[in-house]
Amino acid sequence: MPNKSFFWFFLPTGLAMMLFIGLPIISAGTQSFYAQHDQVLKEVKKCDPFGCKISVQIDQEASSKIREEKPLGKFNGFGTYIDRNHLAFDELSELWGESNSTGEFVGKVTNLPFYKALIFTLTYCIIVTPCVLLLGFIIALSLNAVARKIRGPLIFGTILPMIVTPLVGSLVLFWMVDAEGIIGANLQILMNDPYLSVKSSKYLTWITIIIYGIWHHSPFAFVVFYAALQTVPQEPLEASIIDGASRFQRVKHIILPHIYPVVTFVALISLMDNFRVFEPIIGFSAQGSAQSLSWLIYDNLVNEEVILFGSAAATSIMTIIGIAIILAPVLIRTWREFRTVR
Amino acid sequence: MENGLDKQSNILKIFNTTFIVFWLLIACFPFIWTFWGSFKVRADFFSRADWWYAITAFNTLIETGKSFTIQAYSGAWFEGEFWKASRNTVIVTVSVVSISLFLGTLGAYALSRSTKNYAFWILIVALIFRAMPHITLVSGYLFPFFQLQIWGILPTTIVVLIAINQPFTLWLLYSFFKTVPKELDESALIDGCSYFQTFRHIIMPVMWPGVITAGLFSLMLAYNDFTVTALLLNQENHTMVPKIQSYLGTNQHEGNLMWAVSSVVSATAPLFLLIMFFQKQVISGLTAGAVKG
Repeated sequence: MPNKSFFWFFLPTGLAMMLFIGLPIISAGTQSFYAQHDQVLKEVKKCDPFGCKISVQIDQEASSKIREEKPLGKFNGFGTYIDRNHLAFDELSELWGESNSTGEFVGKVTNLPFYKALIFTLTYCIIVTPCVLLLGFIIALSLNAVARKIRGPLIFGTILPMIVTPLVGSLVLFWMVDAEGIIGANLQILMNDPYLSVKSSKYLTWITIIIYGIWHHSPFAFVVFYAALQTVPQEPLEASIIDGASRFQRVKHIILPHIYPVVTFVALISLMDNFRVFEPIIGFSAQGSAQSLSWLIYDNLVNEEVILFGSAAATSIMTIIGIAIILAPVLIRTWREFRTVR
Repeated sequence: MENGLDKQSNILKIFNTTFIVFWLLIACFPFIWTFWGSFKVRADFFSRADWWYAITAFNTLIETGKSFTIQAYSGAWFEGEFWKASRNTVIVTVSVVSISLFLGTLGAYALSRSTKNYAFWILIVALIFRAMPHITLVSGYLFPFFQLQIWGILPTTIVVLIAINQPFTLWLLYSFFKTVPKELDESALIDGCSYFQTFRHIIMPVMWPGVITAGLFSLMLAYNDFTVTALLLNQENHTMVPKIQSYLGTNQHEGNLMWAVSSVVSATAPLFLLIMFFQKQVISGLTAGAVKG
């Protein structure tokens, strides 16, 4: 296709992506270098019959005037990135000085908001992704062995957790796991502990969110693996059966190598999706014990008094860097392939 | 693996069936339970005394005289103004799907028919854009939108959702267009059609399956979105998902849990029906990008 017609065909979608995906990233980058204005203070002299007092007050007029002149806030450079709520360099060196052992240091660092969120996000990714791959693969294998006639409804039932939005999915589970719901109440009876509540324990909350993540993402892995299983050639399978290979050996030596490229694809997609985990935290109202990077951004943006644009933007940029690190191996591989093709 | 050679042992068969039944129970039971519970009063669905009340409808009988009640639904839809939220959802979903498909088919067609290097790079950039968490984009939008005073209204959200939707639509339709043989448009071009005429009269008629699949995914994105709609719309214009969240209540105001339960059911039901009819298309869409590796 000549360049000119390509240009006109691609212009609308390209423009939409540039304006609303490319520019916002730049906008977030810019905002991250600014911070809210400090309040302008003024000294007010108040005199009454007993004498005069000087008190410091907020000068509302001057404050709002500055805000109007420079709505973006004051220039802060990398200040937001290294403050207490983000990378916290000062606090890190302080803690390093005062802790006696590495364990103590790590324990204290994980209480800083950014590191706390980072650790939850990474734990979630590292546990959920392999479980999703494994469970999805097992479901695909079992469904593939079922008679073709009844597969349709079974597949429909299997993909339900995936098509509802994460907020609704986590709410539906939360209402059951809640101490007043069916699973929560039965757990109390089972563990013989009438005060057992998922909400009150940090680790139980983490486990619940992780189980939710596996429940929500496995159907995606299942669908892709199931489709890939349909393309596995029959001849080698038959040959291996004649040679006496067990079922497990067939899966390991024939099926897995055949669908290997698909496995990396699913792993990559679910890693990217898991890295942005955020809605389940709201659905499970788990802010107290589990926070993710995306949740930190959301929390800054819905702040009651003043929206912390700078702080949210700085976390966003660091999240994007995280995504870039995850994507890097794929991009490098594609780049190499592209160059060899040329 | 359904051939005569592969004889499964009985133990394996039993194990297989149990596993599938067990998994289906895990996958579907939460929805069935919530659907059932949405016709009860709060004291039954969230029972402090005994979870069995949710089945026997102990309190529902006392409060309403019947074992099923539509209190939660009438409360949410009228008092809670869920009808407004669902109207907004319909507006957002219909506009996003139609405009996004229009832009996406044009762009994906151009990408699939271009042999230049830049087409490859555009696809890579789209992949990177697809990976961006939506909340980071929203943090980029909010400040400029406040300044331009376009925050809170439906058109802004629609445009944003269309843009966010583009990378995935492009990839999906690109892989569908690749399956349409090039000879088809070449012969049309030789006959004197312009590129646009070829696209409109020759390619689009054979592309409907792909377009329906892409449309379903745009629909699911627009219908299910929480991040963008919750932060870019004001209270008045909220769509269904952020509305459900507002029923949950916060520290400042008490929510109404039964409203949330019934609106969860109302919001999920249409989606489930749709997927039931278009299951094949959804699965073909999920696998279109994957099978190539």
